[in-house]
Amino acid sequence: MEAATTRAPTVTPPKRKVTDRARAERKLAWLLCAPAVIAMLVVTGYPIAYAIYLSLQKYDLRFPDDKEFVGLGNYGDVLTSSTWWTDVLNTVIITVISVSLELVLGMLIVLVMHRAIFGRGPVRAAILIPYGIVTVVAAFAWKYAFDPTSGFVQGLPLISDIAQPLNTREGSFLVIILAEVWKTTPFMALLLLAGLALVPDELHEAAKVDGASTMQRFFRITIPLMRPAILVALLFRTLDAFRIFDNIYIIQPGGALNTESVSILGYNVTINRVNVGLGSAVSILIFICVILIAVFFVKALGTSTAQQRGET
Amino acid sequence: MALAIGACGVSGEEGGGGSRAINWYVFDEPGGAYDKAVADCNKEANGKYQINYIRLPTDANQQRELIVRRLAAEDKDIDLIGMDVIWTAELAEAGWILPWDGERRTVATEGKLEGPLKTVEFKGKIWGLPFTSNTQLLWYRKDRVDPPPDDFTWDEMLDDAIDKGTAIEVQARQYEGLTVWINALIAGAGGQIVNKQGDVEVNDTAKRAAEIESKLGKSPAAPPGMSTNAEDQARQGFESGRSDYEVNYPFVYPSAEAVGGDFQKNMGWARYPRTDKDKPSRPPLGGINLGVSKYGETPDLAFEAAECIANDQHQGDAAELGGLPPTTESVYDTEQVKKAYPFADLLRVSIEAAAPRPVTPAYSDISLAIQKTYSPPDGVDPNGIVRRLRDRTDRAVEGKIF
Repeated sequence: MEAATTRAPTVTPPKRKVTDRARAERKLAWLLCAPAVIAMLVVTGYPIAYAIYLSLQKYDLRFPDDKEFVGLGNYGDVLTSSTWWTDVLNTVIITVISVSLELVLGMLIVLVMHRAIFGRGPVRAAILIPYGIVTVVAAFAWKYAFDPTSGFVQGLPLISDIAQPLNTREGSFLVIILAEVWKTTPFMALLLLAGLALVPDELHEAAKVDGASTMQRFFRITIPLMRPAILVALLFRTLDAFRIFDNIYIIQPGGALNTESVSILGYNVTINRVNVGLGSAVSILIFICVILIAVFFVKALGTSTAQQRGET
Repeated sequence: MALAIGACGVSGEEGGGGSRAINWYVFDEPGGAYDKAVADCNKEANGKYQINYIRLPTDANQQRELIVRRLAAEDKDIDLIGMDVIWTAELAEAGWILPWDGERRTVATEGKLEGPLKTVEFKGKIWGLPFTSNTQLLWYRKDRVDPPPDDFTWDEMLDDAIDKGTAIEVQARQYEGLTVWINALIAGAGGQIVNKQGDVEVNDTAKRAAEIESKLGKSPAAPPGMSTNAEDQARQGFESGRSDYEVNYPFVYPSAEAVGGDFQKNMGWARYPRTDKDKPSRPPLGGINLGVSKYGETPDLAFEAAECIANDQHQGDAAELGGLPPTTESVYDTEQVKKAYPFADLLRVSIEAAAPRPVTPAYSDISLAIQKTYSPPDGVDPNGIVRRLRDRTDRAVEGKIF
């Protein structure tokens, strides 16, 4: 976009005068950000383009001679297999449940953090600790806690002796979601805290004077004003959760017991089966899903900010 | 220590233009048997070559992923590979390893047991030197159950375990160990998954395997965590006393010593149980073959180093220090092996009778398909499993999603 405006003066007669100095500054600006742009193109643009190219080939690293162009054949194969759709369902289950739980818990934590009168710093720091722990380490901690022979969960009161969550699909989902929620709720809370800070106290005071209850104030003032922040938090977390890999990889290695997510499928096909053609098709499909999620939230975000601007 | 010093010496020489370093990529053998073999060979070579022992991850899947990825990228750093017995066809078909032709063929095959020999053969050529072998035995508690008869079947074992209120330890996690079990059950019923021509051929024996698996999975004799147990969880389960039967590799025997008391003394061993009463069992077959990479700079030296690593003495050491059974028949008669394995004769018989896992370039794909089809053990429905397995393995071989 900006490139077009810089070039504009030379092609068409300038509508407003661009001074030499401004032009020089723009040129300098482009020179200064060029390295970053080039780096971005090299590290993101090239791999994406290469993945698209690979996804159109039949290409198994073990049989390089059989490499051939198959067009959209790999995509057809993935989209007509029940495995892909089961994995999409698994991923959606994990994403929806964990992100919803995180939103509710995150909101509660934020309200506590916001209203904390003493020890604000320590409270905030304590809540953020799980987010500072490496996902793989956290996943191992949860796996060991629920281990049927050595885990402590089995020994807790009210827990049945025969309940072995990691031995069933549903139980495994439970542990995976718990690990996910435990780890990333602080991140959700952090984003929500930024939104809550934007809600002016005066509005609450005015509503109080008008006789609004605490609940009414929360749902009629806090939530609507925080809506953009909530949507941004949901966007980040949904995108993240949809690509879930590490937790499943550790808690149910290889996506065992039908807990496979789309990312695990991509890994199995690309890394274990070294079928890079088919694996790239899976990756591109995940990429498209992620774009769709992003577009959905950005649209929702757009309308909400527009509404807000209209109202105020 | 000697190894570290040796490695330094090599890198110094490399700077001078000589490339006599032989990098041997193999799993990390904790008993010290591989360290000893490397040190011995380096001493013997007297500067002709210098083997560097490069340790791979313990997980078999991760080992394969690392090797395959590097070989696909034509990595010059790999000279010698400690190949799991199931990799031969895959690496050979891709053209990543060199065949043992002419005189070398004789070296690789002479005096070897039949089972391990089958694992290095592919398309009429020999692709590796069998170094160590492995198989599973049936372990039982002499103080709690009767010694199993020669024609002991899975069904009989299961009935006995249910009667006595005890459990049977197996490997039923969705991983390579599950393929090992299912393959042994199918072979025990006289079946196979891939035929001699290398084509997938699934028949009713696959259903028989599922029947035994799900019967155990649904019975009270299923140990806790059965669907997530691998070799080590099975060992721990048996050692904890919750089970009177266990199928596992011989490493469980030396480990039992640490339990204390009379535990190891009360541990009995027998041949792998039968699938069908009238057919001898076909125990699983594991082990390590030495393969020479096509991309290494000095393949001739790598062949030579492999011969030294896998010599009779080092096979004996591997048995004594690492609990890894030899591949050369005569080594079983040495004092060293007889001392390490009171059950050496049973091991040799089991390895001779063992059923190798499918020999095909698409092995890892087929194995994943088997694992997915037969997991979890208590959820497997023997009805229709033949069709499901055939469908998945067909897709696996065609390079499709399954």
